[in-house]
Amino acid sequence: MSLDSLLFQAVNGLASASGLFLVAAGLSVIFGVTRIVNMAHGSFYMLGLYIAVTLAPLLGEHLGGAAGFWGGIAGATLAVALLGAAVERVLLRRLYNAPELYQLLATFALLLIINDAALFLWGPEDILGPRAPGLSGSVELLGRRLPQYDVFLALIGPVVLVGLHLLLTRTRFGRLIRAATQDREMVAALGINEALLFTAVFALGAGIAGFGGALQMAREPASLSLDLSVLGEAFVVVVVGGMGSIKGAYLAAVLVAEVKALCTALGVIEIAGYTFNMSWLTLVAEFLVMAVVLVLRPHGLFGRALAATKAGEAEPPLLPLDRRGRALVLAAILLFAAMPLIGMFFRYAPVLALDMVIAALFAASLHFVMGPGGMASFGHAAYFGLGAYGTAFAATQLGLSTPLAFATGIGTAAAGAALFGWFCVRLEGVYFTMLTLAFAQIVWSIVYQWEDVTGGSNGLFGVWPDWPFDSRAGLYLAALAVALGGLALLRRIVFAPFGLALRAGRDSRLRAEASGIPVARVRWLSFALAGTLCGAAGGLFAFAKGSISPEAISVGRSIDGLVMVLLGGVQSLMGPLLGAGAFTLLQDTVMRETDYWRALLGLVILVLVLLFPFGIAGGLRRVARLRRAGGAR
Amino acid sequence: MRPSNVLRRALLGAALTTSLLAIPALPARAAEPIRIGELNSYKAQPAFLDPYRKGMQLAVKQINEAGGVDGRPLELISRDDGGNPGDAIRVAEELVTREGADIIAGTFLSHVGLAVADFAKRRKVFFLAAEPLTDKLTWADGNRYTFRLRPSTYMQVAMLMPAAIGVKRKRWAIVYPNYEYGQSAAETFKTLLRAAQPDVEFVAEQATPLGKVDAGPVAQALADAKPDAVFNVLFGPDLAKFVREANTRGALEGTFVVSLLSGEPEYLDPLKDEAPVGWVVTGYPWYSITTPEHQAFLTAYVDAYGEPPRLGSIVGYTTIRSIAAGVAKAGGTDTEKLVDAFAGLEVDGPFGPFTYRASDHQATIGAFVGTLALRDGQGVMVAPVYVDGASVLPSDAEVRKLRPAAD
Repeated sequence: MSLDSLLFQAVNGLASASGLFLVAAGLSVIFGVTRIVNMAHGSFYMLGLYIAVTLAPLLGEHLGGAAGFWGGIAGATLAVALLGAAVERVLLRRLYNAPELYQLLATFALLLIINDAALFLWGPEDILGPRAPGLSGSVELLGRRLPQYDVFLALIGPVVLVGLHLLLTRTRFGRLIRAATQDREMVAALGINEALLFTAVFALGAGIAGFGGALQMAREPASLSLDLSVLGEAFVVVVVGGMGSIKGAYLAAVLVAEVKALCTALGVIEIAGYTFNMSWLTLVAEFLVMAVVLVLRPHGLFGRALAATKAGEAEPPLLPLDRRGRALVLAAILLFAAMPLIGMFFRYAPVLALDMVIAALFAASLHFVMGPGGMASFGHAAYFGLGAYGTAFAATQLGLSTPLAFATGIGTAAAGAALFGWFCVRLEGVYFTMLTLAFAQIVWSIVYQWEDVTGGSNGLFGVWPDWPFDSRAGLYLAALAVALGGLALLRRIVFAPFGLALRAGRDSRLRAEASGIPVARVRWLSFALAGTLCGAAGGLFAFAKGSISPEAISVGRSIDGLVMVLLGGVQSLMGPLLGAGAFTLLQDTVMRETDYWRALLGLVILVLVLLFPFGIAGGLRRVARLRRAGGAR
Repeated sequence: MRPSNVLRRALLGAALTTSLLAIPALPARAAEPIRIGELNSYKAQPAFLDPYRKGMQLAVKQINEAGGVDGRPLELISRDDGGNPGDAIRVAEELVTREGADIIAGTFLSHVGLAVADFAKRRKVFFLAAEPLTDKLTWADGNRYTFRLRPSTYMQVAMLMPAAIGVKRKRWAIVYPNYEYGQSAAETFKTLLRAAQPDVEFVAEQATPLGKVDAGPVAQALADAKPDAVFNVLFGPDLAKFVREANTRGALEGTFVVSLLSGEPEYLDPLKDEAPVGWVVTGYPWYSITTPEHQAFLTAYVDAYGEPPRLGSIVGYTTIRSIAAGVAKAGGTDTEKLVDAFAGLEVDGPFGPFTYRASDHQATIGAFVGTLALRDGQGVMVAPVYVDGASVLPSDAEVRKLRPAAD
């Protein structure tokens, strides 16, 4: 490994950094002003690339290759910016009064819909665009050939950075954006047309993402997996740089890209007699960087503490269910307990019910930190996975009996949650969210690569429970008992002094601490408890499926959990249960009915979000209230 | 509100939920069809599985028009497996319990295939794994109820070995996607090459995240190691990115490359005129196979869909043909009889006749090995040679040692 090759790889890294920066910059601008965690941002990037590879040859026929290429990029940027504006006006605007994170649910639905739309429009095969006319060759550097286009890309990042900086500091529009980033209500109070500002910002952010995607035309094919793969990296870059800081985003992009390039350049190395392939680290490099940065600097490299925004009313306190509600819950429990009997007539019902029970425990444990705790975790699947893998490892490799293996799994999850929670609960808001994501990704990558213990990407299988849990009914009833126990425990804690302390810490950290509540410790304990119960759900999952694979820890699984909680309603203890049930049923139904099931799932979620901006539980409560009001008339 | 009212509502809610949970199965018909429950990662891998589905549907249509199997028509019930084992197991349960599938088939991703195979063993259901490549499916974790159609990772690598050994290069570099398929392909390649050529040196190994290869740095790192030959396992978008960067940088000039799967139209066609000329690859050159079996398939496929087949089409078509042959031999869909019938079952497919080996339940269907070239601005495999799967598989005695779990 010569110095030359390291230097050269560092230059390579700059080109990749520009690509990363462009996606992240748009995300950062959007988040800064609107506080929307835009899950569809990767989709804008993907669309930019698809539109560019479609437009470039079309325009090229009439205008010549060069004009076609650059015209394609310009057209794609514009088209995606317009789409962004449309999304904001038609969809997101209706959700600004909903609790924060509901926009996340809506943009997640968009992600599903856009992906299927791209499949419909462009077909399943990857589309490789043309090379950049005039920039398709290479230049000599350090005795190696560097593609001209990489030089161009390495330069375009700083150009956009400077341009955005000028826009933000020298124009009225930029001043408004900065003002809104710091205090949205004040900007509105000063008579600025907030709606127009939000639309413009969303269009700007989407346009930059589309531009970033379109620029990749000369380097990579348009493919349907781009949206999610870009999204994770974009989040990392934004958070490492500090939310809302454009120059931070650029620095973070360079940092991430350089770390990756370095891992690739080092290749196979020997440390103390062990050979280690550094290129394995490229799988998690960005998340390792993020974890380190957030632990050392809780607001990222250039971030500042976010001004608190309290859109809409403060969250009403949780209330125990009334008599009617209790009767309904009892009926639901009886129905689920009778499932093995129902299974004699409808053999599939218990299979689906078992999935619902596990999902309910998973969602309820996430809700405990999200709702009463006020900490939205993006990495809750880590504890689900730790529980599942702990159980599976104990059952298959150690040969423990079913209850012992299950206990091992719960213990593994508890240990993981206690460890990671200790770091996470020190952080606030979106930084907390992202640190949980980073830890989940690190766990995922270890599981994914530790072939001997976790079975690597294939996972572990043959994890079937012993007697008396080996029959469908036996396992189901045991799972139901565990889940009900967990749910009862959570409910008890929420209404106990500990739960009140937790809620106090959420509503006002300062006041809670002033009244003697050790907020950090309360949060840490609640995080560990939620992780433990989530691990129980994971253990049940391993036994129910007979196998476990790294997907159980993936971002997708964490997002599923968030969707369940939000769909059901954050502000109610019944919310996560309703959400888990609805989501499981919905997914099972749409997956069976249509080729474009993801788009259908997205549409249904969108409709639900628009109809019930406080989740299903919130919607039901409103219906009940209206009914009562109507009866009183 | 009065309590009786409460109870009524609760019961109503319960009844509603029940009816949602349990939409009754299809009503029975006069000539009991053979129900094939098929599950696959249609959303996760559309490029391969769209043609696959067309292949299956063509075979079902042909068989049913010819009167079915022993007078019973085939009924194909396709499901998306969600691309992960958790959903796949639920879908498999659904196919078996609600749809009353006699046979399950399909899957693409290795971990999904392994999980469903384990499910098949547990529930004693016949499972024909169509696509997953992992060696474990038929060897380390093989079981009585699972058979596999496609040539495994080991077989695909072994097919390339004559070319790799033949060039007598000393310094090899390897680039592979960082998951079980890539890892095991790389391991197999190193083992086989070392056995044939003990003085070989592996100068670079790049394991890249699946679907997210940082192509520039990776191509450069390979070039910096100055290999005189490269073994590539990348496919899909990763392959396209890697090839383009390597071309621009001249990273592989004068280097001999062998590459897994790159000749499959699914992965070769998107490269268009940038297909890497001179690479020796495994794949499916539908345009230059002249056997009558394949001609008949090609004509029928193009007539039905107006586009040429991909490798996925072959796999889908042959899966259904295999099941039909198996059911005919077993005289019905009884699982145990079906398993026994599949052991040593002979099937005629578009690639000619092949067998499901009794020893490891692997089909001996082969693949084509050829050299990439450009024709009319499109990558093609020239001088393709069909390598029979049986010729690259270990003997029955060796396989027995590799299959500890199977009975």
